[in-house]
Amino acid sequence: MLNFKIWNIGIIISICILGIIYALPNFILFPKLNENTFLPGKTINLGLDLQGGSYLLLEADIKSVLNERLETVNDDVSRKLKEYDIVPLNKNINNEQLIIDFDNTENLAKGKNILRQFFGKEFNISSNNNNLFIEYTELASKQIIDLTIEQAIEIVRKRIDETGTKEPLIQRQGAQRILIQLPGIDDPERIKSLLGKTAKLTFQLVDTNSNAFDVKASGRVPPGKKLLESYSNDGQYFVVQRRVMVSGEMLTDARSSFDQNGRPSVSFSLTPEGGKRFGRVTARNIGNPFAIILDGKVVSAPVIQAQIFSSGQITGQFSVTETKDLALLLRAGALPAPLTVMEERSVGPGLGKDSVEAGKFASILGMILVVVFMLLTYGIFGVFANIALLINVILIIALLSMLQATLTLPGIAGIVLTMGMAVDANVLIFERIREELRGGRAVLSSVESGYKRAIGTIIDASLTTLIASACLYGLGSGPIKGFAVTLSIGIITSMFTAIMVTRMLVVFYLRRSKPKKLVI
Amino acid sequence: MFKPIHLIPENTSINFLSLKSIFLSVSLIVVLISIISSWIIGLNFGIDFRGGVLLELRSKNGFANISELRSKLSEFDLGEVSIQEFGKPTDVLVRIQKQDGDEKSQDAKFNQVKEMLSGNFEIRRTEFVGPTVGEELKRNGFWAVVVALFGILLYIWFRFEWQFALSAILALFHDVIATIGLFVFTGLEFNLSTVAAVLTIAGYSVNDTVVVFDRVRENLRKSKSAEQSSIINKSLNETLGRTITTSLTTLLALLAIYFVGGEVISDFTLAMIWGVLIGTYSSIFVASAFLTFFNLKRTSIEEENLNSFNDE
Repeated sequence: MLNFKIWNIGIIISICILGIIYALPNFILFPKLNENTFLPGKTINLGLDLQGGSYLLLEADIKSVLNERLETVNDDVSRKLKEYDIVPLNKNINNEQLIIDFDNTENLAKGKNILRQFFGKEFNISSNNNNLFIEYTELASKQIIDLTIEQAIEIVRKRIDETGTKEPLIQRQGAQRILIQLPGIDDPERIKSLLGKTAKLTFQLVDTNSNAFDVKASGRVPPGKKLLESYSNDGQYFVVQRRVMVSGEMLTDARSSFDQNGRPSVSFSLTPEGGKRFGRVTARNIGNPFAIILDGKVVSAPVIQAQIFSSGQITGQFSVTETKDLALLLRAGALPAPLTVMEERSVGPGLGKDSVEAGKFASILGMILVVVFMLLTYGIFGVFANIALLINVILIIALLSMLQATLTLPGIAGIVLTMGMAVDANVLIFERIREELRGGRAVLSSVESGYKRAIGTIIDASLTTLIASACLYGLGSGPIKGFAVTLSIGIITSMFTAIMVTRMLVVFYLRRSKPKKLVI
Repeated sequence: MFKPIHLIPENTSINFLSLKSIFLSVSLIVVLISIISSWIIGLNFGIDFRGGVLLELRSKNGFANISELRSKLSEFDLGEVSIQEFGKPTDVLVRIQKQDGDEKSQDAKFNQVKEMLSGNFEIRRTEFVGPTVGEELKRNGFWAVVVALFGILLYIWFRFEWQFALSAILALFHDVIATIGLFVFTGLEFNLSTVAAVLTIAGYSVNDTVVVFDRVRENLRKSKSAEQSSIINKSLNETLGRTITTSLTTLLALLAIYFVGGEVISDFTLAMIWGVLIGTYSSIFVASAFLTFFNLKRTSIEEENLNSFNDE
């Protein structure tokens, strides 16, 4: 017991010193070193609940993407069938399936063969009675989903960057979800409203031959046309050409501005290619209105006064804030799928700061209480345990900084809790030493067997708590994860400090003062 | 150095097991009542599991007027709304249950509510959980508890003979169920952090039990002749100092968080304080009492091997 090897002591002391070096930047100003290394200099990452900010879980509406794509497929399918003189009775898109009704089984079989030949790679084609069902194969739809989510993440990042949010975390979660963490923002509603719009902009000619009111009433939309409602929900309807003149992808820039009447508007400029197309169509349609369509709704339908080339202005019933946001959305680009907020957790900066203060106060108070208690209960040995406790806390802070783990409010509770539980290992040992002494053993052998016997128990006890906290980590959610992390780190460091650090201190003490009788 | 205070008198010989039938029946009743009442009354699930929105508000002008807030909110036709003061008279916590419709319409409705509130209040915290995520969290929480209990079971099974494992697990279930019972009776919100608290309690309680069982096993090996129940009693007495001391240090730390750690985690801490109390109780009175029902082996090869777990 007393012959604690010199290199053992060396390792223990160097771990403690390393701990202090890694923990130090959290208490004093320290030059910021490379973020991506394990070198000291990093401070603990505060969770959103402590620094304020928003956690958003968004889900992309993949069904609408698949259904939309099937619309195009529908056109291709019709064309192909027409080539073989088959005209189906009816076609509709439902539940990510294109369903084609045939008038007889002969046509169905023929159609099925043809479509299998041309579309069989990407689609599963099955039939039942006189109906043919076309849907994307699992592989094809997975590819579509992957692509959609990748694009969506890119657009989301652009939009968030435009708002000037620092260090946003944006990542895919599961198949069709996007997780966003926005530290420090104080207006989550704005971000949510920015992400809630697809911002798909198109210019389409208004069909001057049909009356929107009649079409709405009869429900019969002429082929190649589309009935759309107005963006401002004023009950107005428009019939527009399906063909898109210019779309949002052809924009190079969009800025909030004012039109000649001083109304808030968005000025845009087009790519050379977009400008050419726009110029060509507007030249042919002078005097006719065209619709400016945002997310499937008509913002306005100005009459073309003259040929328009590479730039223009959108004026609707917008406020200045709305034109600013719209310009931002157009600059960032359209989302490939609508996003819905599934979960939101936002903490204002005020509450975050209060929580940090409360957490600090609770940690210090908890530590003082435990330290005083240990001192009163175990005297000089309590001092050893308290030194170990202090080192334990330093090591927890050091590991959190080194691993860049996130500290949350429950995480702080985890640290305080481990302070209470960390002394357990020492309590086990000290109680055992007391017992051995009571049993009439000599000082040295009491201490020795105290340590020897307690270690198995300490390992058992620590492992069971580790199992529980590993499951906690798997439970997911940010703050709770933070708790699991600090608890696990705390258990591991407390095993080290109790078994190694206090033992070393006890050995030093026994060597120096060679007590005849232990006061414990 | 001064003479340390010995909280627990030395060489106690309390006959814990003499009262085992009383404690076991009390525990059984507590467990039964907890199960039945969670069936009948049900847990007060928080928005984490039920879906809905939680808002922490601070009044911009003096004390918050809760009744005015209530009448304002009632205009929105939100269904069940709970409003309570939160730590300070200026602060309130508003919980609104999930609304009809999908996530999109829910979010839209809650945004209207927030817009109305932002006139008189600073919105310090928003937690919105849509119905889909709520269901997922419920499932995840359930599985986390099951996996944790199973993992602990496996570990104890591996470390001890089955009689010990079974007793420890029964005690563990006792603690978890009694904690759920606490939530049923107090009506405290049962949410994700409560699940975290329950899991921590599970870890703590087993920890406590393991210490006692380790000693029982050791004493069984030492004395081949003594009666089994007196060995268990002896082990309980020998570990009593440690059990009480550790519970006290842990409680001290938890009390510090409970009183000054802020309102946000006070429920979480309360659950753990309860867990430490019940965990300590169960390792003394429940787990060990179960042990007496078995005829424990005095030695085994396994134990001898494990005895060399020590260093040097």
